[in-house]
Amino acid sequence: MSDTDSQTVFVRHQMLDPQLAPVTERGAVKWMRENLFSGTFNTILTLLGIGAVYYLVSASLPWLLNGVWNANSLSECRQIIADNGGTTGACWALIKARWHQFLFGFYPQDSYWRPVLAFGLLFVALAPVLYWNDRKGAIMVAVSGVLTVLAMIGLSSPGTVDLFTIVLMAALFALAWVMPKKLVLVTLVYPFVAFFLLWGGPIAGPISVLLGLAAAAWLVMALQPRIGSILATILAVVAVALLFLGPYPLTSLLSSALQTVTGWGLPAVNSDQFGGFLLAFVIGITSISFSLPIGVILALGRQSDMFLVKTLSVGFIEFIRGVPLITLLFTASLLLQYFLPPQTNFDLILRVIILATLFSAAYLAEVIRGGLAALPRGQYEASDALGLNYWQAQRLIIMPQALKISIPGIVSTFIGLFKDTTLVSFVGLLDPLRGVTTIVRADINWKGIYWEPYIFVGVIFFVICFGMSRYSMYLERKLKTDHR
Amino acid sequence: MALATETPDTGFRLSMLIYDTRFRAITIQVIVLILFLLFLGWLVDNTIQNLAAKDKDINFSFLWNRAGYDIDQQLIPWNNDMTHGRAAIIGLLNTLVVAFFGCIFATIIGVVVGVLRLSKNWLVSRLMTVYVEAFRNVPLLLWIILVYVVFSEIRPAPKDFRITDEMAAAGTAPAAHMNLWDSVAITNRGSNIPAPLLDRPLGGFEVFDVPINFSVLATLAVIIASILANRAFLRRVRAVQEDTGIRPTTWWKSLLILFVPVSLLLWALGLHLEYPVLKGFNFQGGIAVAHSFTALLIALSLYTGAFIAEVVRAGILAISRGQTEAAFALGMRPNRTMSLIILPQALRVIIPPLISQFLNLTKNTSLGIAVSYLDLRGTLGGITLNQTGRELECMLLMMLIYLTISLIISSIMNYFNASVKLKER
Amino acid sequence: MKKSVLLGTFAAAALVSGMASAATLDDVKARGELICGSNTGLTGFGAPDANGEYQGFDAALCKALAAAIFGDASKVKFVPTTGETRFTALASGEVDLLVRNSTWTYSRDNDLKFDFVAVNYYDGQGFMVKKDLGVSSAKELDGATVCIQTGTTTELNLADFFKANNITYTPVTVADDSEAQRQYVAGACDAYTTDASGLAASRATLADAENHIILPEIISKEPLGPVVRHGDNQWGDIVRWVYFSLVIAEEKGITKANIEEVASTSTDPEVRRLLGLEGEMGAMMGLDNNWAKNAIAANGNYGEIFEANIGTATPIGLARGLNALWTQGGLQYAPPVR
Repeated sequence: MSDTDSQTVFVRHQMLDPQLAPVTERGAVKWMRENLFSGTFNTILTLLGIGAVYYLVSASLPWLLNGVWNANSLSECRQIIADNGGTTGACWALIKARWHQFLFGFYPQDSYWRPVLAFGLLFVALAPVLYWNDRKGAIMVAVSGVLTVLAMIGLSSPGTVDLFTIVLMAALFALAWVMPKKLVLVTLVYPFVAFFLLWGGPIAGPISVLLGLAAAAWLVMALQPRIGSILATILAVVAVALLFLGPYPLTSLLSSALQTVTGWGLPAVNSDQFGGFLLAFVIGITSISFSLPIGVILALGRQSDMFLVKTLSVGFIEFIRGVPLITLLFTASLLLQYFLPPQTNFDLILRVIILATLFSAAYLAEVIRGGLAALPRGQYEASDALGLNYWQAQRLIIMPQALKISIPGIVSTFIGLFKDTTLVSFVGLLDPLRGVTTIVRADINWKGIYWEPYIFVGVIFFVICFGMSRYSMYLERKLKTDHR
Repeated sequence: MALATETPDTGFRLSMLIYDTRFRAITIQVIVLILFLLFLGWLVDNTIQNLAAKDKDINFSFLWNRAGYDIDQQLIPWNNDMTHGRAAIIGLLNTLVVAFFGCIFATIIGVVVGVLRLSKNWLVSRLMTVYVEAFRNVPLLLWIILVYVVFSEIRPAPKDFRITDEMAAAGTAPAAHMNLWDSVAITNRGSNIPAPLLDRPLGGFEVFDVPINFSVLATLAVIIASILANRAFLRRVRAVQEDTGIRPTTWWKSLLILFVPVSLLLWALGLHLEYPVLKGFNFQGGIAVAHSFTALLIALSLYTGAFIAEVVRAGILAISRGQTEAAFALGMRPNRTMSLIILPQALRVIIPPLISQFLNLTKNTSLGIAVSYLDLRGTLGGITLNQTGRELECMLLMMLIYLTISLIISSIMNYFNASVKLKER
Repeated sequence: MKKSVLLGTFAAAALVSGMASAATLDDVKARGELICGSNTGLTGFGAPDANGEYQGFDAALCKALAAAIFGDASKVKFVPTTGETRFTALASGEVDLLVRNSTWTYSRDNDLKFDFVAVNYYDGQGFMVKKDLGVSSAKELDGATVCIQTGTTTELNLADFFKANNITYTPVTVADDSEAQRQYVAGACDAYTTDASGLAASRATLADAENHIILPEIISKEPLGPVVRHGDNQWGDIVRWVYFSLVIAEEKGITKANIEEVASTSTDPEVRRLLGLEGEMGAMMGLDNNWAKNAIAANGNYGEIFEANIGTATPIGLARGLNALWTQGGLQYAPPVR
């Protein structure tokens, strides 16, 4: 050993500086090797992918880059593109000229603030549903308030309206912050507010209906302890029916009285002026909110032990799910007139909403059935053990949990329905995709334009649906942690 | 339960119908039945009144009247002297053919994309995510229209394929040429693909104007016989393997059994392909496929494929990670792991949602209306309805047919699902 | 659940527009608005402009009708109907009348239970082809691909025409005019067939109109006109006579501009009867006595409406042809007001 020591020529006294890893094992190269070229197969895939991306970009980029925003007609667009030395180019001027029809249809231009406010308030109304008794709801209210006001200013609505909106939203935010639970009142009143904002007319109508129904609800509450919930509900329903349809239509008296008291309203807007994304939202949101309770009843009916109830529920669900939506829409436009009493005749939009409600109710029933099935059997047994009857158990134990599990499914049903609202163009309504586009292209200035409106509408659809699906995935993750 | 509800026999009181759980179910059902019947009666009564008011009746005899219109794509012979009923059948077949091929293509796309989305290849998995999200979040109607426009705007017109005398003399090529070794012509108005023709056909007969071809029947019979023979062969091979532990080489023998008889038969019948040729205004010969069909098929396959990809991905993710690790521990390569371990197990998770995707695809074929594809809705629920004005009959019949198709598909798939389900004992 | 009940009652109470009675005129008067079934968008005949206001040859007739009933041409609502929903919309009472280039045929009149009360445009089905196709007659279209709009009489006529001439074609069915035009321009079909007026309108809007020709053959008769339901003769008479009043106005030289002057100076008894200066003509139909005056004042007489919407001065550029007055060799002929 010592021998070796003496002969040692070189002894390292300090550590070598750590060397960089080989070039293939670090940085971008390593990442590429691992993620893009980790084998023959992967390399081929990567090359194919690059090829596909290159093809798509090279095909569409010149067209997008040469886009023209300022022109009055398609021929002017083409002229400008040719002057700039381009061969192809998008004519976005169409979107600039007609964007409001894609968003609102033929809704009166000076009243655009009404759908915008209704849309903003929708999120206020949703806040207590999504964040029950949680200050996050207040944040949601604040955000939707700010965005609503900004949108209104962008649409150059009257100054008084802006001021009113600011005050209203600030008040709602205060309410949400101080008493988050009370915000649910806004949710209950929202349908009436939205109806009034969108369709206009005298304010007395919605208020009187609201009062009548509040009276009915109060009746149920008051009678329930004495005669039991079933009889109380029946009585209340009869009372409401009398109120509206009986020999002395109280509503008309009430509303005429109210009319003299309040005496104001918004200018009425006809349903046939609705179009574009406004129509898609009106149909989508109304149908999904109406179909939720129907879906719950159908889901319970399908699980019921009672043969008849079960058969009817299954029959209904399978029938609706077995036929294409488009046949249901044609039913709304062609057949409903046969099934309703002679000479009744109402709005095509309302008829479409009714059929869309039935359609989504069948799908929601299946979603909720999934939620019910996912509940552990023990929950049912525990509620039985507590001596709760069927409805108490459903209301207090089963439904809150089942609905919570079903929220992602409900959201994706809504996304599906929202996309399907484009089909209403086949019965002559002005959906954004085909209805408005057809009308815009019937204009002699824009005849012959093709891609631009579809791309515009497609992008908006994508943003909305993608946003909702991300939100539903987030919810799914959040709900999962609650259970495991 | 029975003990708990046994009450002292105190006779029957009316209030027991509501408050006694033994009777309440009956009460509710009777009420529901009465309400349902009342509702039904109301509908029927309204319909009768409305029909009377419009001076109409319910009458399906129009199905036997001359239709008088033309259909651009038909699987069984059609001319405009045939009846509305036959037009409806042609429409139904057009619906089914899109649905059938759509389900196959969508499944292939869905499985490939679903697997690739989980791939370690960064670029590919991102691209697949973009594809899935783009198709899932934009209405199907838009995709159908866009695909259709791509075909009719980007492909050249038939006259661009023509070689005129001057061009032949100058030696210049025409503006467009056919694809796949001059066998497929895709113009802006339709595609023509080669058609198989026989020199020595076996003849046939007609049932209700539907030609039944002996040659086709013979070919099918031979194919089925070959498959059965191959199965018997494989069973014998397995028996040998179980006896001796050595598996004989099978692949070339299987190939022989499967392909030689049918090739011989087709050779004997004189099979050859008829290629499309430009004649007059259009390509003639071969099988003409309308773009409405192609566009609908492609859009439906891509759209449903995106949904199926999500189903497949969820199914694969549902299989515990331990399965993959165990397979790797056995030394299996990743693709063998996927095909032998993961996918078969994931199948059980995948099939139920897959059924509903197939149903959706079938129902969505009705969107062919956007490109005027003459499916069931286009013939029975479209032109026939318009020309005869019998909306009640046409719509009811159409809904009934769609409902039947849906129920048949779901029962077949449920049967399949039951057969692959994990048998728990 | 409660919310749904509330909303359901509410919506029903708010939107159901009550029971309608048998007489359409009473309904219209009670409603204070005429509902007119129109095209979803056919340039020149009926299409909404940038403000959603319907304009066009057919739309003008609806406005004249509203003016005759209410004295106010703006009291009309247009309900866009597709080729497939139009007759149901009319049958169900959703619209009071259809003015949307619908062809008067035997089976529509009898089997569908409608009344075609007049012909406001005499049309016929024609073909448009590109010039470089080298075709000068529709009979040379053997083997051609033809674009047709579905849900119309044109597809039946087309089948009949090719059958009668023993030649074949491939149909490409499309949903509406703009789609048909796109397909035709893109070359997806050799020929586009529809009513000759529609062809002219389409051709006018093409970037290279000179490269397209309309073939001489008119293969069908397409009398287009307003349609009402069977069984309400009073309503049918009103629509018919409002239309006739526009034709008579042209015949007598009454225009939108000079109507007040004519009314105050004319001594022609028929003009005086028409304009409500003599007799009680309006009351016979249940209308105001100056119904015709209002109708004419709304958009002018038949000729003015024609020229303003589809005439030679417009991009569509249709000649009067068959639709000239009978005095000028056309077919537009109105019975006397007496």
